[in-house]
Amino acid sequence: MDARHAAAILARVNGSLRIAGIARPAEVEFSFEGRVLRAPVGESLATALLASGVLRLGEGPGAPRALLCMMGTCQQCLVRVDGRLAQACLTPVRAGLLVQAA
Amino acid sequence: MTVAYDVAVLGAGPAGMAAATEAARRGARTVLLEENPQAGGQVYRAPPPGFFAPPDAERRAGDALRAALATSGAEIRTGHRVWGLGGGPLVPAGDPPAPFRIDALPSEGAPVTLEARALVLCAGTHERVIPFPGWTLPGVIGLAAATILLKAQGVLPGRRVVVAGAGPLLYAVAAKLVKGGAEVAAVADLAGRSEWARALPALAARPDLLARGAAWRAALASRSVPVLASHRVVAAEGGQVLERVRIAPLGGGDGEAFDCDALCIGHGLVPATEATRVFRAAHRYDRASGGWVPVLDADRRTSVPLLYVAGDAGGVRGAAAAPASGRLAALAALADLGVIGGKAHARARWRPWIEHWRAARSGGAMARMMAMRPALVSAIPAETVVCRCEGVTRAEIEAALDDGAADMNQLKQFTRCGMGPCQGRVCGEAAAELVAARVGGREHAGFATGRLPLRPLPMEALLGAFDYADIPVPAPSPV
Repeated sequence: MDARHAAAILARVNGSLRIAGIARPAEVEFSFEGRVLRAPVGESLATALLASGVLRLGEGPGAPRALLCMMGTCQQCLVRVDGRLAQACLTPVRAGLLVQAA
Repeated sequence: MTVAYDVAVLGAGPAGMAAATEAARRGARTVLLEENPQAGGQVYRAPPPGFFAPPDAERRAGDALRAALATSGAEIRTGHRVWGLGGGPLVPAGDPPAPFRIDALPSEGAPVTLEARALVLCAGTHERVIPFPGWTLPGVIGLAAATILLKAQGVLPGRRVVVAGAGPLLYAVAAKLVKGGAEVAAVADLAGRSEWARALPALAARPDLLARGAAWRAALASRSVPVLASHRVVAAEGGQVLERVRIAPLGGGDGEAFDCDALCIGHGLVPATEATRVFRAAHRYDRASGGWVPVLDADRRTSVPLLYVAGDAGGVRGAAAAPASGRLAALAALADLGVIGGKAHARARWRPWIEHWRAARSGGAMARMMAMRPALVSAIPAETVVCRCEGVTRAEIEAALDDGAADMNQLKQFTRCGMGPCQGRVCGEAAAELVAARVGGREHAGFATGRLPLRPLPMEALLGAFDYADIPVPAPSPV
């Protein structure tokens, strides 16, 4: 991760992307590539990663993989959740999920 | 274990919810399968359990459909990914006709196989995003993706956002971004003002939608958001992630750069025809309806007996028209199965028919605005990746076409374009347009043959409960 990317992550985390005025369940901890992150339980994993400033989810053949469709079509958000391939956009956040780039 | 139903409905968007409700209420044994954890579809998508936002008009419409479904008696299987379809026309003709077979993978538990005498497909659409330089940068997402983030998840895609593409979603997303506290750096609309003016008469049929659109525009005007008509995104730029977007008039030029940390872009909606292609139903290319669509009669019957398509999967007409189309399909299925008589069908169908006709008028006008714009495809630079799954550039596609690839199946074999995990749902439209430019139109370019599995799935789901002891070992032949 280069300094610019780190700065981009910090800028996102400092101002929350979660819209105010929405009641959400309690936050739980999960991890992405060993980094501990927090998100409301039940939020989609793709959303939780975005809100935590994680934009690059893996490497594709010609370009990095990142969120694109959010509805289970594009397969760009494939990650490993507790060791198994899963689409982050269709995976609800639960406490203790171990997420890795696929 | 195989469970048998009269009617199976695939997809719990507005069309699917209404179809399942109608069929179950009239006494048919009905099952509704949906990949997402909750019924609703994209426009009426419900937030996850435990999330509460102030309800808006769309939320209320979705809740009404969900409530009717819940009390209809239909069996609702959400969290079910349908990966296999069979039976019906895929079985040599018999008497009685073979039921349809549906293989699904639940989010929890063992894979299931269901059988149904009639099948109503309500798979909706996927979004068309025509590639441009930088579209693979993290931070570039679809317009439909943005609506899911904003409405169902309550999360902004970025702090400073560019919204671009075509159709009413542009303004819906931009207005929601502003309301949610983001800064909208610019809205780049492919349509010119005259195009919107031409759509107005059809929109007048739905004053509620017209008013909603006007409110979106007012929200943008109050924040002095630049709305650029007849403009397109020529490039997304940045190092590791998106940093700026270059927007230029359709006429040409380098355009102007807008700093941003997210770009929401969509070029229309494409009907999902995977299932009708698997069953080899007749299709036709209808640009104004979003692309290839199954050939349907007024009651949503396909060319395959007892196979029906409702909602946008049969041609984009919008969420407002979808429930009526779902009811028409369910009524036709029940009449064809003999669950209701011909007279009862004739009495029941006129109301949804008129409702559908009315809503489809404004929906159709919006669909025309979101139709494929071939100029966007011809503008793709040679080195730009078109197929993200397999890393195929435009230049590689053109080389395959030079070498004689003459339709979508051949292009797939030459380049692997469309052979990756998304199965061509993302790249297919751009690739087909590139083929069409060489072979004289989309009708000639065709579409990739429908294949199973419909969605990627783990090998273990295909194998099922498996034990080496179960393998039949033939007795050795006596020598």
